[in-house]
Amino acid sequence: MSSRFAVVEQGPPIEVFLLNKLFTDDTNKNKVNLGVGAYRDENGKPWVLPVVRKMEKQMAADETLLHEYLPVLGLEQFSNSSVSMLLGEDSPAIAEGRAFGIQVLSGTGGLRVGAEFLNKHLKYTTFYYSNPTWENHHLVFVNSGFTNPRVYRYWDDKTCAINFDGMIEDLKNAPENSVILLHACAHNPTGIDPTQEQWIKIADVMEERKLFPFFDSAYQGFASGDLDRDAWAVRYFVKRGFELVCAQSYAKNFGLYNERVGNLSVVVSDSKLIPAMKSQLTWVVRGMYSNPPAHGARVVANVLSDKKLFDEWRDHIKVMSARVMQMREALRAELVKLGTPGNWDHIVKQIGLFSYTGLTSKQCEYLIQEHHIYLLKSGRINICGLNPSNVQYVARAMHDAITKFPAQEDQPSKL
Amino acid sequence: MAHAVRKLTAHVLKTNNVESIIGNTAVRANSTWWGNVEMGPPDVILGITEAYKRDTNPKKVNLGVGAYRDDNGNPFVLPSVRKAEEIIHKKGLNHEYAPIGGEASYTDAVAKLAFGENSPVLKNKTNVTVQTLSGTGALRLGLEFITKHYAKNKEIWMPTPTWGNHPQICNTLNLSHKKYRYYDPKTHGFDLQGAIEDISKIPEGSIILLHACAHNPTGVDPKPADWEKLSHVIKERKLYPFFDMAYQGFATGDVDGDAFAVRHFVKEGHQVTLAQSFAKNMGLYGERAGALTFLCGDEGSAAKVMSQVKIMIRVMYSNPPLYGARLVQEILNTPELKKQWLADVKSMADRIISMRTKLRAGIEGAGNKQPWQHITDQIGMFCYTGLKPEQVERLTKEFHIYLTKDGRISVAGISSKNVDYVAEAMHKVTS
Repeated sequence: MSSRFAVVEQGPPIEVFLLNKLFTDDTNKNKVNLGVGAYRDENGKPWVLPVVRKMEKQMAADETLLHEYLPVLGLEQFSNSSVSMLLGEDSPAIAEGRAFGIQVLSGTGGLRVGAEFLNKHLKYTTFYYSNPTWENHHLVFVNSGFTNPRVYRYWDDKTCAINFDGMIEDLKNAPENSVILLHACAHNPTGIDPTQEQWIKIADVMEERKLFPFFDSAYQGFASGDLDRDAWAVRYFVKRGFELVCAQSYAKNFGLYNERVGNLSVVVSDSKLIPAMKSQLTWVVRGMYSNPPAHGARVVANVLSDKKLFDEWRDHIKVMSARVMQMREALRAELVKLGTPGNWDHIVKQIGLFSYTGLTSKQCEYLIQEHHIYLLKSGRINICGLNPSNVQYVARAMHDAITKFPAQEDQPSKL
Repeated sequence: MAHAVRKLTAHVLKTNNVESIIGNTAVRANSTWWGNVEMGPPDVILGITEAYKRDTNPKKVNLGVGAYRDDNGNPFVLPSVRKAEEIIHKKGLNHEYAPIGGEASYTDAVAKLAFGENSPVLKNKTNVTVQTLSGTGALRLGLEFITKHYAKNKEIWMPTPTWGNHPQICNTLNLSHKKYRYYDPKTHGFDLQGAIEDISKIPEGSIILLHACAHNPTGVDPKPADWEKLSHVIKERKLYPFFDMAYQGFATGDVDGDAFAVRHFVKEGHQVTLAQSFAKNMGLYGERAGALTFLCGDEGSAAKVMSQVKIMIRVMYSNPPLYGARLVQEILNTPELKKQWLADVKSMADRIISMRTKLRAGIEGAGNKQPWQHITDQIGMFCYTGLKPEQVERLTKEFHIYLTKDGRISVAGISSKNVDYVAEAMHKVTS
């Protein structure tokens, strides 16, 4: 019997996972993985946060812990803590009962549930994302029913900074009710965030043009080491009176990548609307996976609600963000020492896991083939892949690639 | 490797598909975006549990619960699961991202459990098996895949009645769904003739949803001879069988017996799609361990299907939660644990069966004139009692026994401590 699936077309590979596979299969002892976005310690190893280990040990010893279904919208304690963490405990939106959260499947799950809800119930069809942005944003929204994907200018590869005039112009031309995807902090992939003044101007335009903010917060705490600082933009928009949604991920800042822990925070102007909204969000979740996984959310909820554990966790994120900043400094220092052509200040100005190095795709290809250094063709590197024992090797390889294939002879990297 | 790298470059340098704005704007209420959101319909079963919780009567019984309870009415963490948790915890694993389709040690094990250790379809690698968010996640992913990639008649036929979320998921996907006769209210049993008649009329190439065992909500399963007839007519009509198996092992206590229908269809050459859940049979409800399998007929098709399924997972939640799946994998791949688990699941099935027996005996023993054989004929967690809505209402109002209007009870909610009371009450409202 011939297969009914013979008609199915081969899907394109997802770059970052293909890259990971190439890295894994590579037997060269100098290989470096600067691809996938996960934290690595100074020995290049994954780091399970001590407070997470402690909590899991406690939970493993707890005979009373069950595996019953969570409510459809997840663990309420988890969501309440998440909303507080994002908006600040003293947020007027919380005090006025205008903010709530629902547990979702990490950041991706938050984006998907949020986007499906906005499309099905508010009938929104236009969404904007930065050029460039996380490669999954486009498809998540398109698969949620959005039919008009648009970009706003963001990364200027000539200056290695934000093309702010371009961004504002594009937002000014956005139709009313466009959903604007904003990275709360530690922009992926560029690592460049708007300044506070720039955020104010962005808010001005969005208010004027009646654009809807959809924040993606995957790195709260991880970016600067300070939870409040990393939430400044979201809190500012709330203060300005915006209604908004925000997909929060605990993958990086809690190191709980594979437990899919996330929260979708929602801020509305009228708390009376919340029951209807929750009821519809319930149906979105019910039709997708019924209710979310309990384990990871319990870990996070327990830590966030215990003062001592919460403080311990804050120390961990300081450790992680500090190591990242240290490696940024180290890479730049090496490149400067080598006299590598170009200005490398952006590496230390950028924030978070990633750096848009400015390397061209040809240079990247060379780095992979010749030096066994794995990075995305866009020139994005995961700074966590660097450590004291490989940063010199990487810098030298970058120097080699840049001098062998100077940028002007090649197309600049683009999405 | 240079070739792979060049391919990678080509893929990434493709520009995003940016289309021009058509400018569909929605009318926004005065100061809020949400003013047009309508209140969604309440969840019936949740409502029953809420009402039960509010009831202060000491004799109250919750027969609406869709989770197993032990003889004390408490949730049951399987001994094999507890052991597996200890073992996993000691391993000190990290929490790095899982592969998009889940870990191979998990998907291989769950596929073997469903199709049999030595199933040829697994040996030939013509299956695509991915981890999903329990049964619901598998159904959603499988049905969404069908809406995107199935080339024949995109209509799905479901048994009458079926689990409430089946049509819901289809509605979410704008997938047309219809019904075939299944439950016979006259006999409280399987309407074989009605099913065959209806299935014979289903347009060729359509999808047919089948409950592998322990039908939800009726508890009525076809006998093996019935399954053979169903397989035959389904093959004749060239239909696409989509099995929902949420109770393997939980129905009769025998994992192989409970998989008879699925395996028979595979043996008969059907390219089935299967949604598996470990919520009930491993008691892992909240950890969302499940799997979706496509039998693709050949390796080439399987590879293509896998590539598309991965993309669909990626845009929904990127990759699956591992905690529950690691437990399942540990149990299925460790002989002593698997043996313990088979005993655990049999103990659950046995308790359910014994409660059915006691309930029926209690009602009949009270001298009730109605037929109650269906209570012990039916199988799994649920029982379609045949009670009418007015009788259900009386059960709740007068006896504080909570169940759904359709007369469905969860046998898991019955224990040696309340079975006499429930039997007495059911006798009273049907006399």
